[in-house]
Amino acid sequence: MALPAYTTPLEKLWHYTYLVICGLIFFFLIAPIVVVIPLSFNAVPFFTFTEEMLTFDPAGYSLKWYHEFFGSLNWQGAVKNSFFIAVFATLISTTLGTIAALGLSRDDMPHKSVIMGILISPMIVPVIISAAGMYFFYTKIGLSSTHIGVILAHAALGTPFVVITVTATLVGFDYSLVRAAATLGASPTTAFFKIIVPLILPGVISGALFAFITSFDEVVVVLFVGSYEQRTIPWQMFSGIREQISPTILAVATLLVIVSILLLSSVEMLRRRGERLRGIAPH
Amino acid sequence: MISATADPDDTAQPIVTADGVPLKVSLARAQRRGKLKAIGLVVPLFLFILITFFVPIMDMLFRSVENQLVGEVMSRTIPLLHEWDERSGELPDEATFAALAEDFKAAAKQKSSGKVGRRLNYEKPGFSGLFRKTARKIKSAEPPYQQALITIDKKWGDIEIWQVMKRESTPYTLSYYLAAMDMGYDDAGEVVRNDDKSRIYLKLFWRTIWMSLLITSLCLILAYPIAYLLSVLPTAKSNLLIILVLLPFWTSLLVRTTAWIALLQQEGVINDIVVWLGFVADDNRLAMIHNRTGTIVAMVHILLPFMVLPLFSVMKTIPPSYMRAAKSLGATPFTAFVRIYMPNTVAGVGAGSILVFILSIGYYITPALVGGQSGTLISNFIAFHMSSSLNWGLAAALGSILLSVVLILYFLYDKIVGIDNMKLG
Repeated sequence: MALPAYTTPLEKLWHYTYLVICGLIFFFLIAPIVVVIPLSFNAVPFFTFTEEMLTFDPAGYSLKWYHEFFGSLNWQGAVKNSFFIAVFATLISTTLGTIAALGLSRDDMPHKSVIMGILISPMIVPVIISAAGMYFFYTKIGLSSTHIGVILAHAALGTPFVVITVTATLVGFDYSLVRAAATLGASPTTAFFKIIVPLILPGVISGALFAFITSFDEVVVVLFVGSYEQRTIPWQMFSGIREQISPTILAVATLLVIVSILLLSSVEMLRRRGERLRGIAPH
Repeated sequence: MISATADPDDTAQPIVTADGVPLKVSLARAQRRGKLKAIGLVVPLFLFILITFFVPIMDMLFRSVENQLVGEVMSRTIPLLHEWDERSGELPDEATFAALAEDFKAAAKQKSSGKVGRRLNYEKPGFSGLFRKTARKIKSAEPPYQQALITIDKKWGDIEIWQVMKRESTPYTLSYYLAAMDMGYDDAGEVVRNDDKSRIYLKLFWRTIWMSLLITSLCLILAYPIAYLLSVLPTAKSNLLIILVLLPFWTSLLVRTTAWIALLQQEGVINDIVVWLGFVADDNRLAMIHNRTGTIVAMVHILLPFMVLPLFSVMKTIPPSYMRAAKSLGATPFTAFVRIYMPNTVAGVGAGSILVFILSIGYYITPALVGGQSGTLISNFIAFHMSSSLNWGLAAALGSILLSVVLILYFLYDKIVGIDNMKLG
């Protein structure tokens, strides 16, 4: 954002003030996440920087809270449950969501926007309402306090993200490629796996990552539908913050920040690759 | 009008496909097949959402009007009560009292009278105790039952008890909705507003709405400058800066809430800094958490990316030549910005604002952890009635009011932005 030569001093002053304001807003966005990381190495059970930490005294730092995290059966169970539930919920929502998106982006789909509205509603309805409804209904059919119940609930909450990302990838999809495959003798199944899947794969994967983080980060539904046996990392954090607040939670938070950095970089890579590919392909 | 292609109906021989089927029929068949294929692809997900999501919510909403319990357990008393005139000023007759005693004896086996007592207790405190006491002592009751029941508890001689029981014996009730709107019945059975002291929910709804509005406006004020900066920077730089927006978006909600607890609490980082700077005395640390401030700050931080991203995607499409044209026509930078640039961003402002408002009006986790007393929202009360007070009917009534507000906004969002245009990341 270079300033043109004719800028007046007042405009220059405003320009730099504006940049400072933007800097402060970015600081507001990122600082709380960054501050968690050093705090998790605190040697004493406080949620703030001690004098030793500020003077970079090695005695002020320790890996105590990480030991506590990796040594605790509660947390180990939570990590296992989190991955187990998130992986299966992602598989269900990605499969169903991708197939539905293929149907939704066909021109001959009747009442497209109404159906889209219904399929996306799990993302819009306040999660406390979904959780309350699922609690009653899943208890009635014997699915509450089971892994299957939580997986199904999370899969329902994750599908909108898959539907949205895959439909976005299918915008401008060249269906003549499929017809070309058919004229060359490919059966519809072959054409699907050899032509459609490779082309929409980036969208499917980023949808799957969204579905994964939705389940991995979800706490309200687990609190209502699940029990201690289904405790996930957020479940454990939520009860930890409510009961006895210990820096172990900050250690968990630091590890989760790393997970989110990994997920974010994968999604960004896929998005840019998709943009590049579609920039080349004629519409 | 002269048509270049002949109308098939006019020709003596209709155009047919290779296998002799008229083209029109064949086309219709192919279109129908295509339609069925499209529907067939959507059906699995549709059924899945229906069973795992829609039916549960409908089932819960039904609880806000459902009221079978009283009529079922008190099946002998209720029909008799319906013949009783509650305005007569007299107690029901001996037959009704006898039916009540019999109902209590029958209910003792299934222990269901306690549930009815709890249900009626929502309408008038005291019912729960009355029903427990009666259930305990009913075995030794002898006719005449009117006398016997009043001896067990003199409340049975109170006409109001019978009036409430008669009113709440219908299979469907509106009393949960009345309670959710701080209303109830007076002694004469008319709908009235509760007295000032016991009005909770309307205040709570207003608080939820104005806090959501405040959070939405703060998000807009903070998001607008940085979205603008991102949209005018060269792609390489903006790709780098947008990471700063996307990282919070991808970071666990509980991590961000925990971070704000670490920052805002009494012995937390911000308090330490202001004490160290000497702005505040050590024994007079700022109370920034477990109150409204904590909720607002943490929620603005959590929802800010949802405002930046739609604004950014709209601002990216505004050609910079618009502003240059305005300036070349003599507008000051300020005028050009207000008259030319801002109207062009209205779509993004609308999309972001509705999205943030929808998300904040139903927020639960953050207010529950950092909200304390004054920062709780309507969701927290729904959760309270779900898991602590177990007044599920009231939870369902509050939930359905909240849900209808959200659905109206969702409908608006669809009209303004279109659901198909929703983008992520």
